[in-house]
Amino acid sequence: MSLLNVENLEVSFVTRNGTSKAVKGVSFTVEPKQITAIIGESGSGKSVSCYALLGLIPSPPGRIDGGVASFEGQNLLALSEVELRKIRGSDIAMIFQDPMTCLNPYLTIGEQLIEPLLIHRNLSRADAKTRAIELLNEVGIRSPDSTFDSFPHEFSGGMRQRVMIAMALINEPKLLIADEPTTALDVTIQAQILRLIADLQKHRDIGVLFISHDLAVVSDIADQIVVMEQGEVVESGAPDAIFNHAQHPYTQKLLAAIPSGERDSGEAKGDTLINVRNLRTWFQASSDSEPVKAVDDVSFDIHRGEILGLVGESGSGKSTLGRSIMRLAPITSGEVTFDEMNLTALAGRHLKNFRSRMQMIFQDPFASLNPRMTVYDTLAEPLLLHNICQRANLDQHIAKLMDDVGLARNFIRKYPHEFSGGQRQRIAIGRALATRPEFIVADEPVSALDVTIQAQILDLLMALGREHNLTMLFVSHDMAVIRHIADRVLVMYQGKVVEAGPVTQVFNQPQAPYTQSLLASIPGAAML
Amino acid sequence: MTTLQSSESADLLENAEMGASLWRDAWQRLRKNKMAVGGGITLLLFIVIALLTPWLAPYSYEAQNLDLGASPPSAAHWLGTDVFGRDVLTQVMYGGRVSLAVGFIATAVALLIGVTWGAIAGYVGGRVDAVMMRIVDILYALPFMIFIVLLMVVFGRNVLLLFLAIGAVEWLTMARIMRSQVQSLRQQEFVEAAISLGLSPAAIIRRHVIPNALGPIIVYTTLTIPSVMLLEAFLSFLGLGIQPPQTSWGLLISYGAETMEEYPWLLIFPGLALTTTLFSLNFLGDGLRDALDVRGSKD
Repeated sequence: MSLLNVENLEVSFVTRNGTSKAVKGVSFTVEPKQITAIIGESGSGKSVSCYALLGLIPSPPGRIDGGVASFEGQNLLALSEVELRKIRGSDIAMIFQDPMTCLNPYLTIGEQLIEPLLIHRNLSRADAKTRAIELLNEVGIRSPDSTFDSFPHEFSGGMRQRVMIAMALINEPKLLIADEPTTALDVTIQAQILRLIADLQKHRDIGVLFISHDLAVVSDIADQIVVMEQGEVVESGAPDAIFNHAQHPYTQKLLAAIPSGERDSGEAKGDTLINVRNLRTWFQASSDSEPVKAVDDVSFDIHRGEILGLVGESGSGKSTLGRSIMRLAPITSGEVTFDEMNLTALAGRHLKNFRSRMQMIFQDPFASLNPRMTVYDTLAEPLLLHNICQRANLDQHIAKLMDDVGLARNFIRKYPHEFSGGQRQRIAIGRALATRPEFIVADEPVSALDVTIQAQILDLLMALGREHNLTMLFVSHDMAVIRHIADRVLVMYQGKVVEAGPVTQVFNQPQAPYTQSLLASIPGAAML
Repeated sequence: MTTLQSSESADLLENAEMGASLWRDAWQRLRKNKMAVGGGITLLLFIVIALLTPWLAPYSYEAQNLDLGASPPSAAHWLGTDVFGRDVLTQVMYGGRVSLAVGFIATAVALLIGVTWGAIAGYVGGRVDAVMMRIVDILYALPFMIFIVLLMVVFGRNVLLLFLAIGAVEWLTMARIMRSQVQSLRQQEFVEAAISLGLSPAAIIRRHVIPNALGPIIVYTTLTIPSVMLLEAFLSFLGLGIQPPQTSWGLLISYGAETMEEYPWLLIFPGLALTTTLFSLNFLGDGLRDALDVRGSKD
């Protein structure tokens, strides 16, 4: 018998503009001791389906229109809020994407862990503490005794996610719902957490419902994959069947969008455009503390017309390096030359004029566009600032830019919030291209996007790169993306470049131990 | 991604104007907000009446009729008369001149200084910010009354000084609000994008920071205008502001309150004028805030 059996679940949201159906008759099961993964892009209804089971949809506007979700002979959808509260956190536990927001920063880890034991189980403090330390040990936290009295901010993201998992397990749930539990984590940490979830599920008698946008991630651990698109299940089956014999076009599209292969970089590269020598960017929190060495003695060249991939985990200094070259972060020492001109010495009007030659594309297209400027204003600003065109033919230039980045012209008077993530990133790319730059720093430009959109934006960047003979520094944490787009790659670790070379060489014969561990952590290596 | 190349899109291009979009769209939205338009029209009406009072007022400003004394509203005196037999309508009209002028001018002073000060402190940050905000703290710490009395002693008593004095106090909170807004905005990537485009700090503040900080500023402004009007009444009541026979709504209300049991109309009509103004301001302020928030519904 299935642990959880969801049939014909229907959820809709009632807003001023009418009713929108978020989940349209979704059915899936979770077997005991198995992992069911729900895969879908943002807006596919994957999270809504799972939250609805636990009565976690805000209502109004949310409304469950129909369906049955039987969990141990009970229909979850028919339970009252009081009955649901008993099940939540005990028989069914959840872990979330961002572990930081789920932990109270003012209480120690231990205090938060034993709270449910004290309240629900009437354990004594000492017993509860012993139990909590056992659990911390089980989720792979070293020296759990001292951890017990630490505060959440003293932990890295991966450690916090382990604590969250320990908290979820403390009442020995039968079903664990994991909502994108590794999306906010670095790739090596992600691999560890995935292994932990798979282990726990084997050792303890629990079923897991794993929500993710990333097919590669779930391919390693799932027993059953459910693919959702626009509120409907389009395909489900074992990972093997999904990866090798996908039936539905959407699943095929998802699979095709996973970045793969290497760029054909046979062409000879031009002369050196950018030369970085002994660059250091240190941040001094206060005068008596040790500076944070975000970028520490880094040297490399970027050749004209190439795409240089810069890979590393969060905190490796890769974004700071990009921003230092752009003169957005203060350089402590060292030199950056651009076309044999010393960038670090430029100031005032010279710097302003120079800025048109290099531009930046940011990670989050929801933050990098001024919410109160229309597409027209956003694109007009750089064009007028750098006298690229006259006011008289401004309209043609803007229309041309929109065509270049694949935005329909009738969007011109719309504001950023009216666009999807991918369209916003197109606007941001258009703004960066407006000054006709020679060099672009792309700081994780696709990591906030759905996988199919990610593939489109990568294609767009590569096409524009060729068309305008752009040189690019492409910063990413995603090895697969780097492999797909870059000619050469730099691997950064703790502020230093640990490996550099052509993509083929770095990916096939990694020298540095860190690069090797990065490559070993790429999810879905077995399937893809 | 399809590209539309119809005559419609060409029109769209021609109609778009650099930089004007936000304000024009805001105006479009504001016009559809009935409450805000009503508030705006009422305010405009009051201002026009205030400007034309010397010609519109039914009686002379100083005209007394001691024989009449306090009389309730009648055909000759629509809003009644006070204990000296002065026409209340005339008094309310003249009082409106002072109250509205104090309210708008002092608030404008506060807005100008506060927004500029806060924007600079928040955007530049570091030592400049520390020094600028300590100045604000020191001014906060000065007892307001002593400050005003000092000003009166040094410069003598006049209405213009009153505007400045009130404005000089009210800008402090405005500066703090603006600074915290700017501090969070300047971390945003769109500001970094503007820096990497090569925009000057002044242009970044003007084009990217201030439009995004307007919401709280507008709300606070609509709250400041009435509080300034009441502050003026308080000062005048203490003999530091407007002196009889000159008058203001605040003064009329405080005198009216003393005799509200015998002659309620002396309190009701100036009070009505003040509350109508306050409501109009609030409706207009809320409407403006919603209109400037592009994320609000477009219909």
